Amino acid sequence: MVGLLFIGLGRIITARVQRRIGPPFYQQFIDVIKLLARESIWHHWIMTLGSIMALGGLIATMVHVPVAGWLPYDSGGPIFLILYLATIGYLGMAMGVSASGNPNAPLGIGRALSLMLGYEIPFAAILILFISLTGSSSLTEIAAMQTGGFLSWNIVKFPLAFIAAEITVQAMMAEKPFDQMIAPSEIASGPLVELGGKFLGLGMIQMAVAIYFETAIMVNLFFGGGANIFTFTLKQFGVYTIAILINSVMPRYKIENAVRYIWTVPLALIIIQMLIVFLR
Amino acid sequence: MLNEIEQNRKERQSAWEYVINYFRKRSIWLLHYCTGCGAVELPPVMTSRWDLERFGVGPMATPRQADVFLVTGYASIKTLKRMIRTYEQMPKPRWVIGFGACTINGGIYYKSYNVINKLDRYIPVDIFISGCMPRPEAILAALEELRNMIQRGEAKGYDRYVKNYDWYKKNQKEILEREGSLFGEADDENK
Repeated sequence: MVGLLFIGLGRIITARVQRRIGPPFYQQFIDVIKLLARESIWHHWIMTLGSIMALGGLIATMVHVPVAGWLPYDSGGPIFLILYLATIGYLGMAMGVSASGNPNAPLGIGRALSLMLGYEIPFAAILILFISLTGSSSLTEIAAMQTGGFLSWNIVKFPLAFIAAEITVQAMMAEKPFDQMIAPSEIASGPLVELGGKFLGLGMIQMAVAIYFETAIMVNLFFGGGANIFTFTLKQFGVYTIAILINSVMPRYKIENAVRYIWTVPLALIIIQMLIVFLR
Repeated sequence: MLNEIEQNRKERQSAWEYVINYFRKRSIWLLHYCTGCGAVELPPVMTSRWDLERFGVGPMATPRQADVFLVTGYASIKTLKRMIRTYEQMPKPRWVIGFGACTINGGIYYKSYNVINKLDRYIPVDIFISGCMPRPEAILAALEELRNMIQRGEAKGYDRYVKNYDWYKKNQKEILEREGSLFGEADDENK
């Protein structure tokens, strides 16, 4: 729900950047309800299975991400499990849309998976930095380490790592300049090309959940979690606003350039950050 | 009087459909078919001057995702075939907007040998926009009218297509089989 609200607000922000008024903030809810009530054409039962698997994978990921220190059960936010489960969503989507038989869909999936190959390496490097500092792979503990005011947040302590993470999350959310996967003018919106009606509605909900948990990871890593759910959501929205602002002024990379860029610039920033931290 | 209106509404749509139609009219996704002219009239409507996204209207990339099929300008025989195929790929409910004088009666191509005159004979058009070319305000007015028609349950072009399928297919065949292979097209595509 919050994710859908975020997308709606993000559309208004994009519109304001382009000097437009923009849709109402609840537009995304209207779109999803309309799509769920629509006739949906499907080509193979794998499509249904893939859609449900993608949504299920993302919800399973969400269960392990601490929101303002709160978890459905006491797992402590295991970061490796989160990274592992997050790929299941993508794989489910890949399976589902490949069954539709449209050549644009596997093309988009291929781009998404190569981009994933790109951004997981700098992201893992960031995690190695934090895990070696905290001595724990639990998101709750990484967030708890930063309690006590604005100056103890990781964004202030490790600004270079934050810039690297911001670039990485931009690629994770598939916002520009890393939106090769859903390039509408190039490959006709990639994985979504054959999805109509309920499948597209489920796809939008998936996107909302993905945005919610990616911003939640960022808030836990760099903004010290949150005292309660409201400050946490506010911080999440801050992270999403940065992403949207970059998105609305950037063009798109070619896929090979995008992967090369992610493998060089953010990774170099993190290595410099590591050298500063460990040699001091 | 009020009862009469209520009665009319019930004949056309159930209460559930009435509610869903509210969401449908607020989120209309367009599929442009701009092989004729008129493609240049749409960017001002979408961008900062007239800002179509205020009404939840936006462009979509494929027929599977779109609600409204926007045919701009004249339709030649060659594009008509693609148009029919695109229209039949869209999931229901789907609507068609005929944009410009050429879709109504052929416009300046009235006597052309390879341009169809009345689009409504081949795919069911819900609303026409007259003019050559229509102003952006006319496009906004047409979308407003389409929204009202959807809410009242009157925009039922897709039902008309199912009920009169024979008639539409007959018209389509007449046109498409009149010509042999066009401009180096493969023969088997004409069947």
